[in-house]
Amino acid sequence: MSDASTLLKELSEATGVSGYEEEVRAVVRRAFQPYADEIREDALGNVIALRRGMRPAGEPTRAIMLAAHTDEIGLMISGLDGAFLRFERVGGVDIRTIVGQEVVVHGRQPLVGIIASRPPHVQTAAEREKPYALRDLFIDTGLSEARLREFVRVGDLATMKRTYVELAEGYASGKAFDDRAGVVSLALCLEMLAGMRHTWDVYAVATSQEEIGLRGAAVSAFSVAPTAAIAVDVGFGAQQGVSEQESIAMDGGPAIAIGPNIHPLMQERLVEVAKAHELKYQVEVAAGATGTDAWAIQVAREGIPTALLSIPLRYMHTSVETVCLRDIERTARLMALMIAGLDEAFAEQLG
Amino acid sequence: MLLKELSEARGVSGHEKAVREVIQNVVREYCDETRVDALGNLICLRRARRTAPHAPRRVMIAAHMDEIGLIVTGINSDGTLRFAKVGGIDDRILLSKRVLVGENAIPGVIGYRPIHLIPAAERERVADMTKAAIDIGATSKANAEKLTKPGDYIAFDTPYEVLEAEGLRTVKGKAFDDRAGCAVLVELLKEDYPFDLYAAFTAQEEVGLRGARVAAYAIQPEVAFVFEGTICDDLPHEKDVSPVTELGKGPAITFMDRSFIADARLVRLLVEAAERLGVPYQFKRAVAGGTDSGAIQLAREGVPSVTVAVPARYLHAPSSILSLNDLEHTVIIAREALRALEGGLPS
Repeated sequence: MSDASTLLKELSEATGVSGYEEEVRAVVRRAFQPYADEIREDALGNVIALRRGMRPAGEPTRAIMLAAHTDEIGLMISGLDGAFLRFERVGGVDIRTIVGQEVVVHGRQPLVGIIASRPPHVQTAAEREKPYALRDLFIDTGLSEARLREFVRVGDLATMKRTYVELAEGYASGKAFDDRAGVVSLALCLEMLAGMRHTWDVYAVATSQEEIGLRGAAVSAFSVAPTAAIAVDVGFGAQQGVSEQESIAMDGGPAIAIGPNIHPLMQERLVEVAKAHELKYQVEVAAGATGTDAWAIQVAREGIPTALLSIPLRYMHTSVETVCLRDIERTARLMALMIAGLDEAFAEQLG
Repeated sequence: MLLKELSEARGVSGHEKAVREVIQNVVREYCDETRVDALGNLICLRRARRTAPHAPRRVMIAAHMDEIGLIVTGINSDGTLRFAKVGGIDDRILLSKRVLVGENAIPGVIGYRPIHLIPAAERERVADMTKAAIDIGATSKANAEKLTKPGDYIAFDTPYEVLEAEGLRTVKGKAFDDRAGCAVLVELLKEDYPFDLYAAFTAQEEVGLRGARVAAYAIQPEVAFVFEGTICDDLPHEKDVSPVTELGKGPAITFMDRSFIADARLVRLLVEAAERLGVPYQFKRAVAGGTDSGAIQLAREGVPSVTVAVPARYLHAPSSILSLNDLEHTVIIAREALRALEGGLPS
């Protein structure tokens, strides 16, 4: 099996704010291509790879859809103020985590910028007690006003400038692991399936526009119309300042969700497979909306039996999202082993 | 100039060794003597190459090597690191930054709770740094202890880059306060003077001008020039707020800051040097921050001192921006002012 780190680095360092995922799509296509019989992109920017199963003669075609989203949260330029840029957020960015951060402004050419802060020397104690508000913040590219106007227009996007780094003990940190870590698990799953026998068709879908409302998943689930689906996203990994009740264990394997968004048979099957193969896993209860692609896929067409796997991730929606790479590999393995065991009997059980 | 190497070297106050080594390697050939004192100051002497009857005998130029940063104060049971600030850092710039921990530059990130788990009301308050931790990937206290220990210094991980190659000639990097000054000193050591020139690359400025104090005591200069990277707060402001300095408008001559009042004769010497050469300069237009001049001025029986600084945006944050034009103009003005000292201090 390829290692998760190489592909995660490439995906993480690619740019793909919601609705503008093209650079990520190119990386995804290259990763899926060797294991796919067909690959296409749709109107919303989903990449849909089909790997055919070995269907026994006389049985109907069955398909499972795997979904993980390619888009990342980011910033959009909303104005030019002298030699500085004003911006808005695309997706859920905590303003407090981006002050002093380096960014890349995707203008006529990529420009490095810094989210400006004021030096402590010139601020009163009272000023330092209040977090920066969006209206106080600017991006500084170091260009003069005239040069800035040549390169940047309102509506241009900016992303966090962050290289991928491997930490100790098989952990890694970078931006947009939400949900490029999930995309890596899909690629690894396809690769594993190439060495296995499976009767169901497999659609690996790298979805677009999840962060702004699960848009890509909704239309791709419609077009693929699978028998069942698994969405892979990231979940809140245990970290400082977050309680055990709010989080899942790092290095504890994928969290298999249970709750109204999840078809019970899909959930049970995933747990059975994990147990049978002694794969590390955990169970996560999602009492309502999961806020993931699973939520949109479940209600596509006449309804699709859906499961959700969450890869534990620390510091979600920041530029230093951190994962344990083993959890990505476990997620891929669990899906591949589950898919290898899918048969017509299971399809009939799902109804 | 040497700015990239200086900026990327890690030298949080009290641990300036790596910066000192970068400088030592370069200045050795221009110096008659170099030594490192008890606080870690690097003191370089370039002897007088000629005589001039009215020139002072000993002139000190100084810039500090240390930078603001963090230090490991403890290891949590989950393997993450607790930390304290070294020098003046605004808590609000710390979250989600990459850092390098200790001698072996172990990569880490300053993590905080995800936005999804923070109630809206709490997001209106500055993040509580006691709830932040540095994650190096270690999964237990014992494992983290194999990589780091309390007392290890932590620097921001910020590569130096050119932002604009022409025009303003802006670059970004960390610790321009005061590696910009260090770069100026290195250039000034290459000239011939009619006096002994002592270049003091000082330690521990950011925690109280500690290195400069003992360096000035040892050197006993008659005149001192301090070179700095200073506040440049020229963002668009809603109110009529002083930018302190403006980027690209020339070196900032300080007549007063929170640590001292500059010697008026030396201020005039610098202004006249700039005007003679037609080089842009500006005054630092706020009494904010302190510099090594505050300590040097009070050494022994007192030393006439002045500070001239390169404007840098986002001082004391992980990434700052300066204009290489300002840096080069600082060298030009300083060189001319030192030359003019040949006739003695103006009265």
